[in-house]
Amino acid sequence: MKHLISSMRIAFRALKMNKLRSALTMLGIVIGVASVIATVAIGSGATQRIQQQIASIGSNIIIVTPGSMSSSGVRLGTGNAVTLSEADARELEAQCPDVELAAPLVRGGAQVVYANNNWATSIYGITPEYLTIRDLSVADGAEFTQQDVDGATKVAVLGQTPVDNLFDGADPIGQAIRIKNVPFTVVGVLARKGQSSQGQDQDDVILLPISTAKRKVIGVKQANADAVDSIMMQAKSGAQIPAAQDEAGALLRQRHHLQAGEADDFSIRNLEELFAAQEASSSIMAIMLAAVASVSLVVGGIGIMNIMLISVRERTREIGLRQALGAKTRDILTQFLVEAVTLSIAGGFIGIVFGIGASLLISQLAGWATSVGPGAVLLAVFFSALVGIGFGYYPARKAAFLDPIEALRSE
Amino acid sequence: MPPLIDVRNLKKTYLLGDIVVNALQGVTIAIERGTFVAIMGESGSGKSTLLNLLGCLDRPTSGRYLLDSIPVETMDRDQLAEIRNQKIGFIFQNFNLLPRMDALENVELPLLYKDSETPNGDALGQRALADVGLAGRELNFPAQLSGGQQQRVAIARSLINKPEILLADEPTGALDSHNGAEIMNIFQRLNRTQGITIVMVTHSDEIAAYANRIIGFRDGLIVSDTKVTKPTAFVEAGVAPAAAAVSP
Repeated sequence: MKHLISSMRIAFRALKMNKLRSALTMLGIVIGVASVIATVAIGSGATQRIQQQIASIGSNIIIVTPGSMSSSGVRLGTGNAVTLSEADARELEAQCPDVELAAPLVRGGAQVVYANNNWATSIYGITPEYLTIRDLSVADGAEFTQQDVDGATKVAVLGQTPVDNLFDGADPIGQAIRIKNVPFTVVGVLARKGQSSQGQDQDDVILLPISTAKRKVIGVKQANADAVDSIMMQAKSGAQIPAAQDEAGALLRQRHHLQAGEADDFSIRNLEELFAAQEASSSIMAIMLAAVASVSLVVGGIGIMNIMLISVRERTREIGLRQALGAKTRDILTQFLVEAVTLSIAGGFIGIVFGIGASLLISQLAGWATSVGPGAVLLAVFFSALVGIGFGYYPARKAAFLDPIEALRSE
Repeated sequence: MPPLIDVRNLKKTYLLGDIVVNALQGVTIAIERGTFVAIMGESGSGKSTLLNLLGCLDRPTSGRYLLDSIPVETMDRDQLAEIRNQKIGFIFQNFNLLPRMDALENVELPLLYKDSETPNGDALGQRALADVGLAGRELNFPAQLSGGQQQRVAIARSLINKPEILLADEPTGALDSHNGAEIMNIFQRLNRTQGITIVMVTHSDEIAAYANRIIGFRDGLIVSDTKVTKPTAFVEAGVAPAAAAVSP
């Protein structure tokens, strides 16, 4: 301990002697650490954003949409058929062991009026399970219940965007709004969700009981009164998503009386796959960026080794004298190692400051999400110390094993 | 009591390119405790090689070296470093003070390499500086001191670990005669009042005359070994030193 403290004092003194040289040597590490921090911040910021998007949609979600319908040989796109029904949703939830919840959904758009204001928005006809699956919560008021669905009551839960546009700051709970001229009572307001990954405003929505929506707003499809636009399911866990998909597929084929060889009249997708791919690509990107950045850390390390070798040569006589006065191999080794590590760690800390600054600047200028975690900082300190030890060892060893007589004789 | 330095048939050979140099060709000396020895000889006679070996800075090619009854010729680097730290004080022609450290820090440098912690190192360093007449100069850097003062700082440094023996290589070589005489005065005082053994290499007869034993070297061998019955006594500046009486 005594040795370490005095080694540090000697090292600081030596570094202070050559301020410009020490600063320039440190600069290599500063740039290396700063670029590692900044790139890791960009990478983990992107990953975090993807994770937030996943969380904003809800977890373990599987979406079932009707298949395409062909009419006189003209194939319409996915989702136009009327093959999915509320009964399908009930059976999916009841019969598939890996499915936690299944919520039917009808979708439409309408002009909404309150007092002198009006606003065009999306209308979702849902059951209460939908809120659970999508991880939506009511910030104000209450959700509607299964009784509201069964009784087709005229109640509505509003997203933040219609509230902002219709109510001008007034309390919407209990107020009557008109959707397609039908009066609805506002019972709740959803908590803000923000944008989706596709840049959609997830708050620009009004939720109605599915029954009311069909009868009063969106209208009943003539082919099948029970039809829904999609069914949103939640698997019991992330690992059970594939099993849940398989079970749902089999059940729907059976319910829709599809023969073997006949194509599905529905499609099942899960969002996890999409996001997992996005997340993987963003983390590969982050690793690549960090790898490129760490090359500059290595270059900085070589700079340290260079300067330490010069320093050892310049101070050969000092080393010889210290040896004559009783310095052991270990003492000289420690002295020079501490010097190298001091350079690299000091450079590392300055680099962290610059790296955080750079990532803040990037998120300001480019609008990218960045995030500097304690892990990245610790890693940077660890690596800069490692670079100091790694590249300082050879010069320090060279110093420690100098021949004292030759060292004393040198100029 | 065995002699402090007991060297038997010491040989040192090294290669200078392709040429084998026999720096020491079998040297046997015994130096008793409390002696002040001057080693004289032409350059290349082997006297510096002997001093390096005595100082445990180097290992002999063959022969024995007992320092304070400890055989040191077989020790490794770190053991030798320990011996140098504990038993030997070095004084160099060019002082070898570290320019970035003040006088006190220079004096305390050997304490840094001691295995045991030294309580109150500063007090010890101040006393050592006062002993060589440099009280009040603790915070001066070497560049702010005269040559004679720098050499006295070096003497204070060599004494801080209370060594058995002082090894001086041309200690007055870089000093004028007055300062040289002052250094010799300090050597004599240390030798007489504290019983420190001193081995000094010099090529000046005048400086050698301060010692009480003079060993002559030529071609790696001892050619003369004389006792000085009446070494030069230090006199104040302006008075010519009396010639030393040398008995064969």
